[in-house]
Amino acid sequence: MTQKNRLNGGQIDRDTTLSFTFDGKHYKGHPGDTLASALLANNVRLMGRSFKYHRPRGPLTAGSEEPNAIVELRSGARQEPNTRATTAELFDGLSATSQNRWPSLTFDAMAINDRLSNFLTAGFYYKTFMWPAAFWEKIYEPIIRKAAGLGSLSMRADPDTYDKGFRHCDLLIIGAGPAGLNAALTAGRAGAQVILADEDFRMGGRLNAETYSVADMSGADWARQTVAELATLSNVRLMPRTTVIGAFDHGIYGAVKRVSDHLATPAAGKPRQILWRIYAKQTLLCAGATERPIAFDNNDRPGIMLAASLRAYATRWAATPAQRVAIFTNNDDGHRTARDLQAKGVKIAAVIDTRQDAARSYDYEVLQGAQVVDTKGRLGLTFVEVKQADGSIRTVECGALGVSGGWNPNVHLTCHQRGRPTWNDSLAAFVPGGTLPPGMSVAGAANGDLSTHGALKSGAEAARKALGLKGRAPAVPQAEDAPGTQTPFWYVEGCSRAWLDQQNDVTVKDVKLSHQEGFRSVEHLKRYTTLGMATDQGKTSNIGGLAIMAELAGKSIPEVGTTIFRPPYTPTAIGVLAGRMRGKEFHPTRLTPSHVWAKERGAVFVEVGNWLRAQWFPLPGETHWRQSVDREVTATRASVGVCDCTTLGKIDVQGSDAATFLNTVYCNGFAKLAVGKTRYGLMLREDGIAMDDGTAARLAEDQFVVTTTTANAGRVYQHMEFVRQCLMPEADVQLISTTEAWAQYAVAGPNSRRLLQKIVDPDHDISNEGFPFMACANITVCGGLRARLFRISFSGELAFEIAVPSRYGDALMRRLMTEGEEFDVTPYGTEALGVMRIEKGHAAGNELNGTTTALNLGMGRMVSKSKDSIGSKLSERPGLNEADALMQVGLRPLSAEDKVTAGGHLMKASGLVDAAHDQGYVTSAAYSPTLGRMIGLGFLKDGGNRMGETLRLVSPVTDLTVEVEVVSAHFVDPEGERVRA
Amino acid sequence: MIINHPLLGPRDSAEFVYLGAAALMDRPDPETASAEDWHDYAYLRDNPAGPHRELWFHEGGDRSILIVTRDTTTHEITGVELAREVASK
Repeated sequence: MTQKNRLNGGQIDRDTTLSFTFDGKHYKGHPGDTLASALLANNVRLMGRSFKYHRPRGPLTAGSEEPNAIVELRSGARQEPNTRATTAELFDGLSATSQNRWPSLTFDAMAINDRLSNFLTAGFYYKTFMWPAAFWEKIYEPIIRKAAGLGSLSMRADPDTYDKGFRHCDLLIIGAGPAGLNAALTAGRAGAQVILADEDFRMGGRLNAETYSVADMSGADWARQTVAELATLSNVRLMPRTTVIGAFDHGIYGAVKRVSDHLATPAAGKPRQILWRIYAKQTLLCAGATERPIAFDNNDRPGIMLAASLRAYATRWAATPAQRVAIFTNNDDGHRTARDLQAKGVKIAAVIDTRQDAARSYDYEVLQGAQVVDTKGRLGLTFVEVKQADGSIRTVECGALGVSGGWNPNVHLTCHQRGRPTWNDSLAAFVPGGTLPPGMSVAGAANGDLSTHGALKSGAEAARKALGLKGRAPAVPQAEDAPGTQTPFWYVEGCSRAWLDQQNDVTVKDVKLSHQEGFRSVEHLKRYTTLGMATDQGKTSNIGGLAIMAELAGKSIPEVGTTIFRPPYTPTAIGVLAGRMRGKEFHPTRLTPSHVWAKERGAVFVEVGNWLRAQWFPLPGETHWRQSVDREVTATRASVGVCDCTTLGKIDVQGSDAATFLNTVYCNGFAKLAVGKTRYGLMLREDGIAMDDGTAARLAEDQFVVTTTTANAGRVYQHMEFVRQCLMPEADVQLISTTEAWAQYAVAGPNSRRLLQKIVDPDHDISNEGFPFMACANITVCGGLRARLFRISFSGELAFEIAVPSRYGDALMRRLMTEGEEFDVTPYGTEALGVMRIEKGHAAGNELNGTTTALNLGMGRMVSKSKDSIGSKLSERPGLNEADALMQVGLRPLSAEDKVTAGGHLMKASGLVDAAHDQGYVTSAAYSPTLGRMIGLGFLKDGGNRMGETLRLVSPVTDLTVEVEVVSAHFVDPEGERVRA
Repeated sequence: MIINHPLLGPRDSAEFVYLGAAALMDRPDPETASAEDWHDYAYLRDNPAGPHRELWFHEGGDRSILIVTRDTTTHEITGVELAREVASK
């Protein structure tokens, strides 16, 4: 028999045997086991090393509050560090590894820290690594980083998927112990929509860990029977393996469902975990209670655990850490453990009871008024030293020690909205208090009803109250009803290296030091000693630290106060918070209607916001992007090019006040724009800074189509809605975004009209006379397809933009390519678009960069003084209108071979190069195939009056200094003859 | 958070975009306002610990802008109005 410490009974399936490994050694367990219970059954107590002193550690608990038994699960890309062995469900083939030890768990070189503990006390880092300051980055930090931390990451991508979901209910019940089950039964039978969530894989809570009966059957059977009934109710949703991690605003709860953590790999198509967002009208917290330890010297050896956890291992999992066990208790609950273990055939070495009057009527030795003062056993407990009532020391041989200092209601989730627990004297514990999350009530042990009867009763009552149920309350099943008073006993007199927080290695001595050094508020105590700051948030340790601090300060615990808990309830994987939003799915990808066509043409794409846009279209033989871009620019300027500009924001503005509305949002005037005309518009923020630009085309007296830049489409729409609803509520104007409704293409170049004439239906005159520069119209193309045509130009050429309903975008593009063959039509991408607009001196995002005004952009006179518009008033501020204000200029290197870089700064031809002598900066730069050199756009102080001046363009980052001449930003066709051709 | 939309009922705040304090609706009168008025409007915001009137844009919904009165210390929402209705009063 390999499972040496396996007892009889238990809720495990002995017919099936599971194989698993821990640190490479093979063991056997059964379905129903946790990793911790299976290891204990295999006589393994040592499961980890502590964080700071590398002390050997075994499990302290049997649940998610576990501070010690923290291991790495699985291997390869699925390797998962810092997992609690006490909650990890055993499956066949599970491989687990211990953490924070080198070279092995039984011999850990870093255990030297334990010998150095006098130097490693609270505040060690703060005191030691102070100086010399230069040592921090190079010497101290690397050493500390290497020594710190527990598990390790695989450094590989997680192969599993995670999902998110939404659920709604009348009553969310958190915890499926006696209170939660009876509450669910009450609410479920009443017909309410109920969600019952429990972090365990088996519902029942403590009922599964106790031998007490409920309604003439064992508690575990009652739990199973109740769960079976709940499963038949269609209005009740059972969510086992689901941890409610946080109570958020307005009855919204986050819950992580571990769908596949208990399997070697998730089933096909199933996620590893799901983050449920639960909208609960009412919530009932039935999270139970957590047993609290007593501090004594060397109380952290493997084999020393909480008494009720010891009992849980024996009763539920039929496992014990040792065959000879002692109990150290200050209450009757510890005796319950002794009786249950004894009934399973475990030898009780002694029950050490701090009470002088402890009952002795049991079949084991009770040491009254005695205390454990020290323990022995380096890798596992061998002896405890007991100071008896008469002062004599007695050594008790045992392989495990159950410690019981009473119970703390599990108030964690009640604190998530800043509810501060209040002290209950008769329980000597904090109970839910302050402001609970709205809609939350608490029942059972979590509310201080520690008996089974109390839990069943308060669960049902709280459910009735939460749902407003009337009528007679159903009878409460018969169950034990032990009195719920507790007398505190926090630590053994004179102890020093007695662990409070086992995960962060905080001892009684550290708390005393904190007090001595003046860190006396609970918040200071916490941060100075790191008490309760580990991944378990001090579920088993905070209270002990507070008690000692209170005693040192000569105050009561409620006077000292308590820190509160924050989400998540237990450590939560980032993966489940991200859900499907990882890698390419981090944000949605938007494709234009002619994306497939562009892909067929071999386009290289670039992300612009969420959009993918064709950046250029390489032809066979082109090996560098510049070759493609130069060709696209040259071909467009020589004949005709087509560019997909669907991604520009399009906003339809309609209503009798549409023109008035645009007059308000644009700094320039729109009231007098004739129907059939388009106008460039500049939008300012209220502080006078340019926000976005685009065109507004008046298609009818009461209809405009506004375009925005691709990047600002959402924000501009938002801004326009703000103006419409909040500033002009009476105006008759409606807005709708039509960005996705229309596929739009720029057709540019001297042959653009000829190309369009081949597809525009003949009854529409698009000659220069019939359709001049800045005209717009609703037309039809290709024999009746409705379309919009705008004669606008970003490239500086004779150009049009044509829009068709999205579903015709692909067909229109293909048609333009076919019809354009005779003109050698060239599709061009965003790079060529950018080159041409720089050549023409058109501002874009680089120039409208959130710091520039209309004046800076050379559009100062556009800001109408004859009307009020957003930003017009503050654009008149003196600070924005100084004589040497930055003005947009063109920059041309003196030597055709020289580079121009965006981001470079402008300095006078001679003199110092520093911030004080800064003259301006370069915003855009490109190689202009038209001019045969690089050119740039930039902002220069008083730029309008400095044409022809030679400056130095410097970029210390790229070590560049180039002489440039200040020129007009309109490098190409400054008179605008081409656009009007 | 859940915002009780006057037209659509309770909606998750994730459907909304926060636009800032409702004071943005009190745009100075361009005819009469002083430079100080404009400065205060553009740059000064109250930062109360307690009830705060603020604008929420229902971008993932009906695109209406709501004035939500929210306690900044508890997130309790005590009032929700349609901004357009308030503005036209």
